[in-house]
Amino acid sequence: MQEKEIITSTDEQQEYVINMGPQHPSTHGVLRLLVSLKGEKVKSVQPHIGYIHSGIEKMCESITYPQIIHLTDRMDYISAHINNEAVCLNVEKALEVDIPDRIKVIRTIMSELTRLQSHQLWWACFGMDLGGLTCFFYGLRDREKILDIFEETCGGRMILSYNCPGGLMYDIHPNFQKRVKEFIKYFRKILPEYDQLLTGNVIFHERSKGIGKLTKEDAISFGVTGPTGRASGFSCDVRKHEPYSAYDRVQFKEILHTEGDTFARYVARIDEMWESMNIIEQLIDNIPEGPFAVKMKPIIKLPEGEYYQRVETARGELGVYIISDGNKNPYRVKFRSPNFSNLSVLNHIASGFKIADLVAIGGSLDLIIPDIDR
Amino acid sequence: MQNRLGPNRVGPFGIFQTIADLFKLLFKELIPIKDADSFLFNLAPFIVIIASFMAIAAIPFAKGLHAIDLNIGVLYVIAVSAMGVIGVLLAGWSSNNKYSLIGAMRSGAQIVSYELSVGLALITIVIMAGSMQLSVIVEAQRDGWFIFKGHIPAFIAFVIFLISSTAETNRGPFDLAEAESELTAGYHTEYSGIKFAFFFLAEYINMFIVASIAATVFLGGWMPFHVGHWGGFNQVMDFIPPFIWYIGKTFFVIFLMMWFKWTFPRLRIDQLLTLEWKYLLPINLVNVLIMAFIVLMGWHF
Amino acid sequence: MDKIQLGELIKSIAPEAELKEGNQFLEATVPPSSLYQLAKQLREKEEAQFDFLFCLSGVDYGSDLGVVYHLRSTLFDHAVVLKTRTSDREHPQLDSVTDIWQTAEFHEREVFDLLGIKFKNHPDLRRLFLDNSWGFPLRKDYVDDINIVTK
Repeated sequence: MQEKEIITSTDEQQEYVINMGPQHPSTHGVLRLLVSLKGEKVKSVQPHIGYIHSGIEKMCESITYPQIIHLTDRMDYISAHINNEAVCLNVEKALEVDIPDRIKVIRTIMSELTRLQSHQLWWACFGMDLGGLTCFFYGLRDREKILDIFEETCGGRMILSYNCPGGLMYDIHPNFQKRVKEFIKYFRKILPEYDQLLTGNVIFHERSKGIGKLTKEDAISFGVTGPTGRASGFSCDVRKHEPYSAYDRVQFKEILHTEGDTFARYVARIDEMWESMNIIEQLIDNIPEGPFAVKMKPIIKLPEGEYYQRVETARGELGVYIISDGNKNPYRVKFRSPNFSNLSVLNHIASGFKIADLVAIGGSLDLIIPDIDR
Repeated sequence: MQNRLGPNRVGPFGIFQTIADLFKLLFKELIPIKDADSFLFNLAPFIVIIASFMAIAAIPFAKGLHAIDLNIGVLYVIAVSAMGVIGVLLAGWSSNNKYSLIGAMRSGAQIVSYELSVGLALITIVIMAGSMQLSVIVEAQRDGWFIFKGHIPAFIAFVIFLISSTAETNRGPFDLAEAESELTAGYHTEYSGIKFAFFFLAEYINMFIVASIAATVFLGGWMPFHVGHWGGFNQVMDFIPPFIWYIGKTFFVIFLMMWFKWTFPRLRIDQLLTLEWKYLLPINLVNVLIMAFIVLMGWHF
Repeated sequence: MDKIQLGELIKSIAPEAELKEGNQFLEATVPPSSLYQLAKQLREKEEAQFDFLFCLSGVDYGSDLGVVYHLRSTLFDHAVVLKTRTSDREHPQLDSVTDIWQTAEFHEREVFDLLGIKFKNHPDLRRLFLDNSWGFPLRKDYVDDINIVTK
């Protein structure tokens, strides 16, 4: 009902209100944006979400911890492995389990591969949003190679479900190291091609520079994290600030840019792909020997208390907040999803630009809708 | 370039895919739109397609192989192909869809402004040829194509023609009117079945038309490729039938247009209009003057 | 600042706060009336500067409804957890912190949607995911025979 009020009130001011979504090619899912326009100019954007709200937090209250891990796949399905890891780390922290190095290193490699394929998919879609269809084919072609590596090791391609409390489901495939090294070698050659196609393109520069500026103060205030926040100069990489798994033993740069526009967000992600490859290269030859899982009790009960774990997904900071009352089910689980906060900044940065810019900005935020709706 | 195989299931190498698509589109349901202006809604695709077919009539495929040889051929083609914009505007307006309307308005602004550049680029050559009749223009290129004969101005005109005709036919990177990531499909969002096919067909016919105009006016139409005094080479070239020459040149231009469609991201509407009014049009006007001067002094080959 | 100094600071702003050393963060429970002031002071105080509200969660404690604020300072990298709870389950109302941290706008709408806690001075308090006919599903006494299958 309140929606109707908005529409009538804006109609009176002679505004042109269009509904972008729930089915729209550039919203990447069932996100609905109520865009009021003046000519081609965007006056305001009202996100309407909840079309795929699946009540994951409610569901978590009635299932066990190992089940929750596999439910988190369904939030941010592009970086599913990192979501799993967040819950695993939280449960392990609560139980004070000592995790062997082998598990930590494998988890880190898997996380970085996940981040790589997520950024590849983002690059593909971002190019398509701007009308460069070739990007889509290139991005997906290279992503397929990572998915094949995943498939070989854990059977799943997108949704891995590779983590379990106390370690991993299975050991890595004997080919894993070889194939990852092959891929890194291949992708180091291919990534400059991405630059040729989009980064160096004049039209792309025109379309992205100075568009959707987000200052550092606003980024912090809106809680915008991940590459989007770092493009505004907000140092928010959890891998650096609160290292988990094996991130404390690798050398990598935190990518920081200060411009905060669409182009900076683009470059930040491209640079992150290079860093991810660096991290994988440092670890892939040094996977320590050891068990791939620690023996855990069949029924996991967390001691009473509150636990919070932050991880860095491909889109930003994912927080898992578990309140336990000592049972096998959590009392309350809250997922602080990165996309939810990133979406809230859309109206702030997109108003005043053209519709085409709104698409570019939305693309550069890299929104995954199930993660917003949960 | 794109690692794409294309449809390859219907017939050997998928050559019957187009026919299958046509049958599919013919049998598809025509969905009537609630609250749409049904008369204009149904009229629009016909205007678009009729405009396209009328333009084809004047195109010389080979010596003597054209439907009508008007003495104002160039003007006729420009005028008729510009009529398509009326259909586009009607389609956007009558669909009762906001995306369609935005798409149609963009398209209107775009086609009308780029029409100027197309016209001026052609006028540059008309000055050289001294005639608007397409067959005469082709005949004048017997001893060398205009793009080579006309020094730099002719080449500039060719580039401008390529850019602005791509924009005029709503092809990428100027496909703002149907920018699918912004406006779903622009002015033909609400059309289905054969009516949608008309729009689609018209778009590709238009592309063919501008490519063949480019081939006719700049690349010598059905004239074979000759180099000065290389008698033997010229005879070999003459051996290839003019029709093949013509189709080959047209497809070369189409290939160019496809090439940059798939490579470049899309422009924004204000950038698009800036490009036209601030860069292409002034360059074009100066270009016409230079060309007139060259012709006046008789400096061309 | 370490946890002890933070505790002293919170005590000096809101003497009624109950401090508790959690396993990760310092947790301060305050009554709803003093929450807004405490939050504002923590944001603005030169030595605290909690400028990043990284998690805002609504919790149903059974008898009470509460909200948990996870704060962090990007400058000093210290963190604190603020908690508040109200026993009014019919018309729970708390102060909005949207004007301190803008990210709270969406998070508070989410809490309102799922737990029914109203926030005073919120600029645009509408339901976020569900439509108006739904109850508040994250409450422990929420019953939905049709959509939730219980074993």
